[in-house]
Amino acid sequence: MVKKRVIPCLDVADGRVVKGVNFRNLREMGEPVTLARGYSELGADELVFLDITATLEGRGPILDVIRRAADELTIPFTAGGGVTGVEDARALLLAGADKVAINRAAFEEPAILGALADEFGAQAVVCAIDARGGEVVTHAGRNPRRRSAVDWAREAVERGAGEILLTSIDADGTRTGYDVSLTRAVAEEVEVPVVASGGAGEAAHLVAAFEAGAEAALVASIVHERPERLPELKAELEEAGWPMRR
Amino acid sequence: MKVAIADYGAGNLRSLSSALVRAGAEPVVTVDADVVADAPLAVIAGVGHVASAAAGLARHGLDEALRGRVDAGRPVAGICVGLQLLFGESEEGGRGIGLLPGGVLRVRARRVPHMGWNTLHATRPSTTLEGLDGADVYFAHSFAVEPEDPSDATATVDHGGPLVAAVEHGPLAGVQFHPERSARAGSRTLENLLRWSRSA
Repeated sequence: MVKKRVIPCLDVADGRVVKGVNFRNLREMGEPVTLARGYSELGADELVFLDITATLEGRGPILDVIRRAADELTIPFTAGGGVTGVEDARALLLAGADKVAINRAAFEEPAILGALADEFGAQAVVCAIDARGGEVVTHAGRNPRRRSAVDWAREAVERGAGEILLTSIDADGTRTGYDVSLTRAVAEEVEVPVVASGGAGEAAHLVAAFEAGAEAALVASIVHERPERLPELKAELEEAGWPMRR
Repeated sequence: MKVAIADYGAGNLRSLSSALVRAGAEPVVTVDADVVADAPLAVIAGVGHVASAAAGLARHGLDEALRGRVDAGRPVAGICVGLQLLFGESEEGGRGIGLLPGGVLRVRARRVPHMGWNTLHATRPSTTLEGLDGADVYFAHSFAVEPEDPSDATATVDHGGPLVAAVEHGPLAGVQFHPERSARAGSRTLENLLRWSRSA
């Protein structure tokens, strides 16, 4: 049986990992590939690099991070954040990302998903969906799009997405748990893996997401604060009956 | 040891190349049919659609170079889509180079693609998977090979039923998972593959 995955997410700004609250008070955490290697050694199943400044400053710094990550890491990783179209996504994949996450650009031009799946295979194409109260939102949650996240997830998969990264904007940063009902609704609707994101605070939250049908769970602030939390989390999940990779 | 990675234009061979360096090889990513023909080991890897991959190989005459190697009993290894390319007809549409009898079927499971870490079950002893029975490795695929001769398979993985995870037959070997993304078990696979190629 395929193992459930625990995936630390690294926010990258201008080539450095940063941490902030609602994109403000950004504090520098360190060099992305060094931190990524640390998580890898602590048992991360996969990683996500999210370029939070991409749309403002261009792609140079993150492409360099991706190339070095591809050379040095021995676990898979997704690159995303501000991907504006096919060319952006292709650049990240050619730099060595195993998967690329596309959010708003795919919502506004869904054919992008098919174009990338044709060239790189569906397994390389992650459709990132941010939702609030079940509705798709874009622009870091500022713009509601009057479309149900479940409905958009179904279309995204039909068009070629091989994975859905589902973030609850309401839960993000709260550490009060993933949006389990939304995760369940999307996981029942699509046949591709669903990654739950936003709200992880303790192992019970990941358990709830897995029970709802998520194949993987994104973690951020809980492991950034104390990276040793990662192997503890995995041990707790194993104890709760979810087989983890060894 | 020099390893020629056949470049059919699907990009992203960087991670594999780096992983082969760590395993002690000297990989060269190439479209040069002579280099592919002459290297001690040739590898087909990469991602994407099996039909466009096969077309990419043919465009540079790499399919003939690989066929020539196998006829001469010289080792060829396939990784992920590269494994599928060793076989014939694929349900994805199109066909591989047909170096091994059998086809490629769509994975039938509740979740497709089969994505994530899963456990290898050895079905017979082999050099490529020595020490890896029961190891967890990383998969990311929607199609899986079905050898005509079941004994060509050396391991399966369970996802909606058993899927072939690795094959070995004469000068041909291949794995469906990504050794370059499978941590220590992946490095072991690549080291085994290099060892296998010296004796194949």
